Amino acid sequence: MKHVVIIGNGIAGVTAARHIRKLSDHKITIISAETDHFFSRTALMYIYMGHMKFEHTKPYEDKFWKKNRIDLKKAFVSQILPDKKEVVTKDGENITYDSLILATGSKPNMFGWPGQDLDGVQGLYSYQDLQSLEKNAPNKKVCNRAVIVGGGLIGIEMAEMLRTRDIPVTFLVRETSFWNGVLPSGESEMINKHIKDHHIDLRLNTNLKEIIADENGRAKAVVIEETGEELPCNVVGLTAGVTPNVEFLKDSPIALGKGIKVNRLLETNIKDIYAIGDCAEQHEAIGNRRTIEAVWYTGRMMGETVAQTICGNPMEYNPGHWFNSAKFLDIEYQTYGWVFSERNKKDEELHFHWKHADNTKCITIAYHRDTGQFLGINTFGIRMRHNVIDNWLTEKRDVEYVVNHLKEANFDPEFYTHFENDILATFSKTKATI
Amino acid sequence: MSKIQNDMSLTGQPPKTINKQQKLASALGLIGLFILLIALFNVILPGGKVIWLTTSLVAMATGIIWFAHAGYAHKKAGIKNDGVYFKSLSSRGLWAWSLGIFITLFYVALYWFPQYLGLVEDGDNNGVIALFDPLSKLLSGNPASQWFVYGTLYTLAILGFGVKFMYKYWHNKYEVLRTCSVMFFQLAFAFVIPEILVRLNQPYYDLKNMWPLNYDLFAGYKIDEFLSAGNVGLLMLIFGIISIFVVSPILTYKYGKRWYCSWVCGCGGLAETAGDPFRHLSDKRQVAWKVERWVIHSVVVFVTVMTTAVIFSYLRGNESSNISEWSNLEDKVVIMSESQGKSIGERIKQAEKAKAKAVVFLYEENEAPTIEDTEGITIDYIVASQSENKQALHIIKNGNEAIIKNSNSNGENLTVAKQQDIAVYDDFWISKEFFIWFIIGLLTLVFAWVMLFKRDALAKDAKYGAIGYFVVVLSILLFTYFSNPGKLFFFDAYQLRKSYGFLIGAMFSGVIGVGFYPLLGSRVWCRFGCPMAAILGFQQRLFSRFRITTNGGQCISCGNCSTYCEMGIDVRAYAQKGENIVRSSCVGCGVCSAVCPRGVLKLENGPEDGRINPTDVLLGNDVNLMELMNNKK
Repeated sequence: MKHVVIIGNGIAGVTAARHIRKLSDHKITIISAETDHFFSRTALMYIYMGHMKFEHTKPYEDKFWKKNRIDLKKAFVSQILPDKKEVVTKDGENITYDSLILATGSKPNMFGWPGQDLDGVQGLYSYQDLQSLEKNAPNKKVCNRAVIVGGGLIGIEMAEMLRTRDIPVTFLVRETSFWNGVLPSGESEMINKHIKDHHIDLRLNTNLKEIIADENGRAKAVVIEETGEELPCNVVGLTAGVTPNVEFLKDSPIALGKGIKVNRLLETNIKDIYAIGDCAEQHEAIGNRRTIEAVWYTGRMMGETVAQTICGNPMEYNPGHWFNSAKFLDIEYQTYGWVFSERNKKDEELHFHWKHADNTKCITIAYHRDTGQFLGINTFGIRMRHNVIDNWLTEKRDVEYVVNHLKEANFDPEFYTHFENDILATFSKTKATI
Repeated sequence: MSKIQNDMSLTGQPPKTINKQQKLASALGLIGLFILLIALFNVILPGGKVIWLTTSLVAMATGIIWFAHAGYAHKKAGIKNDGVYFKSLSSRGLWAWSLGIFITLFYVALYWFPQYLGLVEDGDNNGVIALFDPLSKLLSGNPASQWFVYGTLYTLAILGFGVKFMYKYWHNKYEVLRTCSVMFFQLAFAFVIPEILVRLNQPYYDLKNMWPLNYDLFAGYKIDEFLSAGNVGLLMLIFGIISIFVVSPILTYKYGKRWYCSWVCGCGGLAETAGDPFRHLSDKRQVAWKVERWVIHSVVVFVTVMTTAVIFSYLRGNESSNISEWSNLEDKVVIMSESQGKSIGERIKQAEKAKAKAVVFLYEENEAPTIEDTEGITIDYIVASQSENKQALHIIKNGNEAIIKNSNSNGENLTVAKQQDIAVYDDFWISKEFFIWFIIGLLTLVFAWVMLFKRDALAKDAKYGAIGYFVVVLSILLFTYFSNPGKLFFFDAYQLRKSYGFLIGAMFSGVIGVGFYPLLGSRVWCRFGCPMAAILGFQQRLFSRFRITTNGGQCISCGNCSTYCEMGIDVRAYAQKGENIVRSSCVGCGVCSAVCPRGVLKLENGPEDGRINPTDVLLGNDVNLMELMNNKK
C-alpha cells in the first residue's frame, strides 16, 4: 500500500489527507508537532477572547481520523532523506514514505530587532503562541500595556484580543495608514478610525527600534525609531507578516527560495515530494497572485489539487478568481477579484469608492480605465455573494453592470438596510463629473 | 474605556467579570426575586399585596434591563461574546449549577407540589400565589393559580431578557424583529388574551399554541369546553385544526420552521431570550444528533398515539351503545339518536343502571323506530322526532323548561324541568371508526409521499426509523379497529395522556427543558423533545424553501457558528464544504449568521432547486476540478 506522509496538520495538509482518502486507499500519516488534532488557526483569537474553547476550533471530532484511517503522529520532523524516502523526527524515529507532502505553514517574521528574543516578545501564529499570550497577558494587572508591531491582519486581531481583557494596546504601524499596501486609501483610512474608536493607540509612520529588557530578561519597554520615545510595556507582539516555515529543510536537497519551490503540479524538485499551503513558493506567480500565498483558502485549494496528483490524476494548481476575507474588529471585509492599493495599482485600474456616512461601511469597485471591465470589489460592512461576483468576473462584466446589479450580490442577513440605491446614485454622480 | 478602570472587583478581569453597574442591576433584580421568596414563606408584608407584587415585578424587570444597558449600551455594534467561556454562569461553573438547581426546584414545586407555592384548592391562596391574586383578578377576575404565577414570571422573563437580547444584537435587524415578535406573542397571545377570554366566559385558549406542542388541545375536557362555548368555541376548535393542517404547512413551506420556533413559540421565546446566555452549551457531537433524531421522533409517535387514543375515547364516549352503569348519568335526562348497533331498549336499561332520570330517543327518518327489549325499564323514555322537537331541544340545552313531543300521538310527552342536567349522545357527525380510518389514511398518505418522492433525501437509518414507526403506529390503529369487540383503544387513553403529561409535558419540557438551561443549553426541549418542532422540521427538511446558504468558499472553519448554535447543529461541517445547511432541527434563530466573522452564512427562502448542494471542492479552485469532484457520485 502506498504510504503518503504529510508534514503539518493545518488546513492544507488536512485537506490533502481528506481528499486522498476520498480518492484512494493509500495509507495516510499526518505528522505535526503543534497539536494532536487539526484546529482552525484563524480561530485562535476567539479562545483568548472567551468566545470558544480550544475544542470548538477543531473542525472534526477526534474520532474522525480513525474512522477515515488517517494516522496522526505528534512529532517534530527535523530532517528529510529523499534518497531513502524517509523523514526523521527529532526523537530519532525514521518514517518511510512513498509520497511526501510538505505543508509546514509559516512562522512570524522577525526582522532582527534588538530584543526580539526576550521573554514577553511573541508572534501570534501557532497554538503555542496562544499559550504564551495567555501566560504573558492574562489580564491588565500582569500586562499593563502591550505594544504590537506591524499593521497587518494578525496585528489587528491581536489588538482586538488584548482589548477584550482591557489591556491598553499601542499599535505601531510602519505605513502611513493601516494596511495601505493592500487596501485603497479610503478603506484604509476608515479602518484607522475604527481602530482608534476601539481605544487602541494607533501610531502610524512608526517603526520599532529596539525592545528593552528588565533585569530578568523580560521585555519592559520598546523604543520608537522616529522619536526615540521609550514606551513601557510587558508584552510585545511581533506581527509584521509571516514567512514560510522551512528552516528544517536548509540542509536537504529540496530547492528553497523564501519557501519551498514548486511547479504548478505543486511538485518540488525532488520526485514524490510536494509542497502546499503557506510554505510553498511558485516558480512564477499565477496571474496577479503572489508566489507565496499565505492564506487559508489557497492552502485548502492546494490541498484539494495535490490530492488529485498523488492519486494518479496529475492536476495543476489552477486557482479561480482571487478572493479573501478578514474582520477588522467589528468590520467585516471581503474581497473578490483584484482591487489594488494606490501603492500597487497600475494606471489603467480605476476605482469607484462609496462610503457610508457612519464610517463602518464602504465598497471599492476596480475597473479598467479603457474598457470599463470589472476587475474586482472590496466591501466593508456589507456581505457579498461569492458565486455571483465570481460569475461577473468570469463573464467580464463592465463596472456599469456591476453597480446596477449589486443587489443580486448582496449577502447581508434578511431585513438589513440596503445601500445599492445610494451606491448607484453616487456612481452616477461621479460619472457625471468625469 | 481607554483608561484603566479601577472599579473592577479583585476577583477577576474583564471579560470575566461584570461591571459595577451590572452588579447593582443584579442586586436590584435579586431584590425583586427575594420579595417572592419572602411571600413564599407567608411573611406578612405591610402595605398590601399590590405594592409588593408591583415592586417585585418592577425590580426584576428593571434589574434585567439595567444590566443589559450597563453591559452593552456603551459598546459598538458587533458580536458581544467576550468572556462567555470564562464566566462561571455561562460555562457550567458554580453559578450555573446553582441556577440550574434553583430553577429545577421551582419546576418540581410548580408541577407536583403547588401547595408549597401557596395554592389552596378550596379557599383563599396563600404564599407566593396569593401575592399574584390582585393581578390575576385584574385580568381574568379569578384568584391566581400556580399557572398564573408561572405565566407571569415566564412573560416577564421573555420581555426583560428580550430587551437584553435586543441590546446585544442591536446591529442585527433580523434578531431585533424576531425578538419583538416573540415578545409580542408571549405577552398578547400566551398571557393577556387567554386571561381576558376567561373573563368573558370563553374557553382559555392560547391561539398560537398548536397541537402537538399543546397536547391537551384535543383532550375531552377541552373539546367539551369548546363545544359548550357556542360559536366562539367552535371557531377556536376549527382554528386549532386549521393551524395544524393549513396555516403551518404553508408558512413552513415558505419560511421554514423558524416562523414558529423563533418568531412565535413561547418555549422558543424563552430559549432565545432568557436562555441566550446558555445557547453555546448544546452538545455538538454527532452522537447527540443521533440520539436527538430517535428521541424527538419517538415523542412524535407517542403524542400521535396518545392524541388518537384520547379522541377515539372521546368519540366512543359519545356513543349511546357504550352507556354502562359506570356512565355518570345520575338524575340526567339522556338524549340519544343512534339506531344502529345495540338495541335501543338495552341502551335505555344501561342508562337506568347509570341512574339516569329519563331517556329521549330522537330519530331523523320519517318513521319512528319501535323499541324492543323494553321489559324491566322503569324510568321514563320516549321516542321523538328530531325535526319536530328542534325548538324544545334548544330550550332545554339552554337550561329552560320545555316539553318534548312523543312521536306516538297516543304516548305521553316528556316535560323537562328548568336547570335539568342533560347528557347528549350520538350528536357528532364523526364516528370513532371514521376517525381511525382518517388517521390511518393521513399517515399512509404522508408516509407514501415521503417514500415515493423524498426517499433520496433520507439517510438509511431515517428510512428504517420511518418504516419501523409507521408499521408500529398502523398496527396499533388497525388492531384497535379490528379487535373484537373493537370498542376500546389499544391503550387506555386516560393513562396514556397522564403518562405523556408527566413524562413529556412536565419532566421533559419543564424540568429538563428549562431547569437544565445553564447546563445543557437553552433548546434541549426544542431539540430532543418537542413533537411540534419535529413535525415542522420534517417538513422543513423535505418540503420548504428555507435554507442557510453557505457563501461559496469563504468559510475559515473557525467554529463560531457551530459553537453558538443552540440546536447543536455542526453548522461548520456544512459551511466548510460549501454546502447549504438544510437541517430539520434548525429553528432559524440567525445567530450562526450573526457570529460568522467572514459573512459566510445567510438565512433565506428560495427555490427548492439547488437548495441542498453537496460539494466536495469549493468555489475558488479550478473550475474543472470542481466539476470533476462535485459531479462524481
